[in-house]
Amino acid sequence: MLFSATSSILIVFFIIAFMLSEGWSAINLDFIFGLIWHPKTNEFGILPIIVSTVIVGVGAVFIALVIGIPCAIFLAEFAPNWVRNIIKPSVEMLVGVPSIVLGFFGLMLIVPFIRDNLGGRGECILAGWIILSIMTLPHVISISEDAIRAVPNSYREASLTLGATKWQTVRNITLPNAKSGILASLILGMGNAVGETMAVYMVIGNPNIPWIPTSILDSVRVLTSTIVMEYGYVAWGSQHQHALFAIGVVLFVLVAIINLMARYAIKRGMIER
Amino acid sequence: MNEQRKERIVKAFLWVTGLTSVFILLSIIVYIYVNGVGIISLEFLTSYPYRFEYGGIFPQIVGSLLLVAICLLFATPIGIGSGIYLAEYASDNILTKTIRFFVETLAGIPSIIIGLFGLAFFVHYLFGFSLLSGGLALGFMILPWTVRVSEEAIRAVPNSYREASLTLGATKWQTMWNVVLRSATPSIITGILLGLGKAIGETAIILLTAGSGLEAFLPISIFDAVGSLPVYIFMLATQGHTSAAFDRAFGASLVLVTMFLIINLGALLLRNYLVRRQR
Repeated sequence: MLFSATSSILIVFFIIAFMLSEGWSAINLDFIFGLIWHPKTNEFGILPIIVSTVIVGVGAVFIALVIGIPCAIFLAEFAPNWVRNIIKPSVEMLVGVPSIVLGFFGLMLIVPFIRDNLGGRGECILAGWIILSIMTLPHVISISEDAIRAVPNSYREASLTLGATKWQTVRNITLPNAKSGILASLILGMGNAVGETMAVYMVIGNPNIPWIPTSILDSVRVLTSTIVMEYGYVAWGSQHQHALFAIGVVLFVLVAIINLMARYAIKRGMIER
Repeated sequence: MNEQRKERIVKAFLWVTGLTSVFILLSIIVYIYVNGVGIISLEFLTSYPYRFEYGGIFPQIVGSLLLVAICLLFATPIGIGSGIYLAEYASDNILTKTIRFFVETLAGIPSIIIGLFGLAFFVHYLFGFSLLSGGLALGFMILPWTVRVSEEAIRAVPNSYREASLTLGATKWQTMWNVVLRSATPSIITGILLGLGKAIGETAIILLTAGSGLEAFLPISIFDAVGSLPVYIFMLATQGHTSAAFDRAFGASLVLVTMFLIINLGALLLRNYLVRRQR
C-alpha cells in the first residue's frame, strides 16, 4: 500500500528530474528574453512565445468569464430544476470531450470563418481564444456553480426577508461570498488554457519564426505548440533538443505558479467561511 | 429603472447566456456527427488505412483500445493501493500530506510535459515509439485521477460496516478486502471508467510516445509502434490538405466522440445498476 501510495511522489520527481536534466543547460537569460527563435542558426529566444502564451491564455479565460459566470449564476440561482438537470450533466460531460476533436472543429469552421470575414490567414490568436474558451467554459461553469451553491441558504433568506429582490441578493450577498471559489475556477481555467496543446496547435498558425503579436489576427506560437511542432525533427543531444525541453520546464513553472495561486484562492475562501 | 424591471432584464440575460453555453457545446458534437456520418461504413471501420485518403481506421480503433488498456493496467492497481493507504491505513501525518500534495501536483502537470518526459525516458532511453511507452505515459496522466476516486470511494463506506466486520473477529485486511473494497467497488469502477474517457481522447502524450498514428498494421508486441484515433485525426487535419482526408478525419472524430460518450454513459448506467443491486 505504502509503496503504491508513494509512487506518485516518485513519478513527479522522475518527471522533474528528466525535464531538468534535458533542459537545464539551455535555460539562461538569452533563452527567456531572446526575441528570435530560429533552430537552423541555433538561436533560441522564447520571449515572443511566452508573450503569445499569456495573451492567448488570458483572452480565453476572459471570454469564458463573460459567458461562463452568468451561466453559473443562472444554473445555481435562477434555472428551474428541470432545466438545471439537463444543462448541468451535459456541461460536465463536455469537460472531457477530446481536445483534438475541438481543435478539428476549430480548424474546419472557425478558421475559415475568420479568414473569409476578417482577413489574414485565419489561423490566429482570435481562433485560439474561441477554441480555448470553449474548452475552459465547462470547467468555469461547473466549479463556479458549485461555489455559488455552497453559499449557505440562510444568507439568501436573510437578504430576501429584508425585502431585497432576487438579483439584489445575488449581487450583494451570494456573489461576494462565492468570490474566491469563482476566482479559483478562473485561475484553474487559466492553468488548463496555458497547458492545453492539441486544440490550440491546430488553430493558431505556428509561424516558422515567431514574433510578438501586434494584432489578434496574427499567427502565433505558444509554448505547447512549439514542442509539438518541432519534437519530430529534433536531433537528439543537440542544443535544439535541450531548448525544447527547456520550454517544457518554463511551461511547468508557469502552470505550477498558476495552480498554486488557485490553491491559495480556494484556501482563503475556506478560511473566510 | 426600478428594481422589478432590472430583475426581469437580468433574468432574461442569464437565461440567454445559460442556454448559449449549452448550445455552443452541444453544437460541436452535432457538427462532428453531421459531417462524419457520411463516411461511416463497415468497410471504414474494419479495413486498414492507405496513405491519407484511402482505407479505413481499424488499426487506429484497436490501437486506441490497447493503449488505454495498458494505461489502466498500470494506473488502476496503483491508484486503488494508494487510495486504500490514504483512506484506511495512514493517519493524517506529514507523509499523507506529502503524498496528497504530489498527487495534486501530478494532476496539474500539462499532458504535453508528461509526453516530453515519455519521449525522453520511455522512447529514447527504453522502448522506442511503442504501445508500452504510450500506455505507461498515459497511465502517469490518469494515476492522480484513480488515486482520488479510490480514496473517495473507500472513505464513503460507512464506518458501521467496518465495525461490524471487526466485531465478528475479522482482521483489518479481511475487513478491507471483503467488506470495504466490495462496497466501494461501484464507485471505483465508475471513477475509473470516467478516467478511461479522459485517456481515450488524449492526444499530446500519445503523439510523443506511441507512434505516428498512420500505422497500417496492428502491433504484434507491446514494443511495436501503434496507431491511435486522436493522432490519426491530428495527422489528417494538419497534413492531409485534401477534402478526402478531412472526410476521414470527420469519420474518425465521430468514432472517437462516440467511444467517449459510450464510456461516460456506461459509467453512469453501471453505477446506477450496481447501487441498486447492493441495496
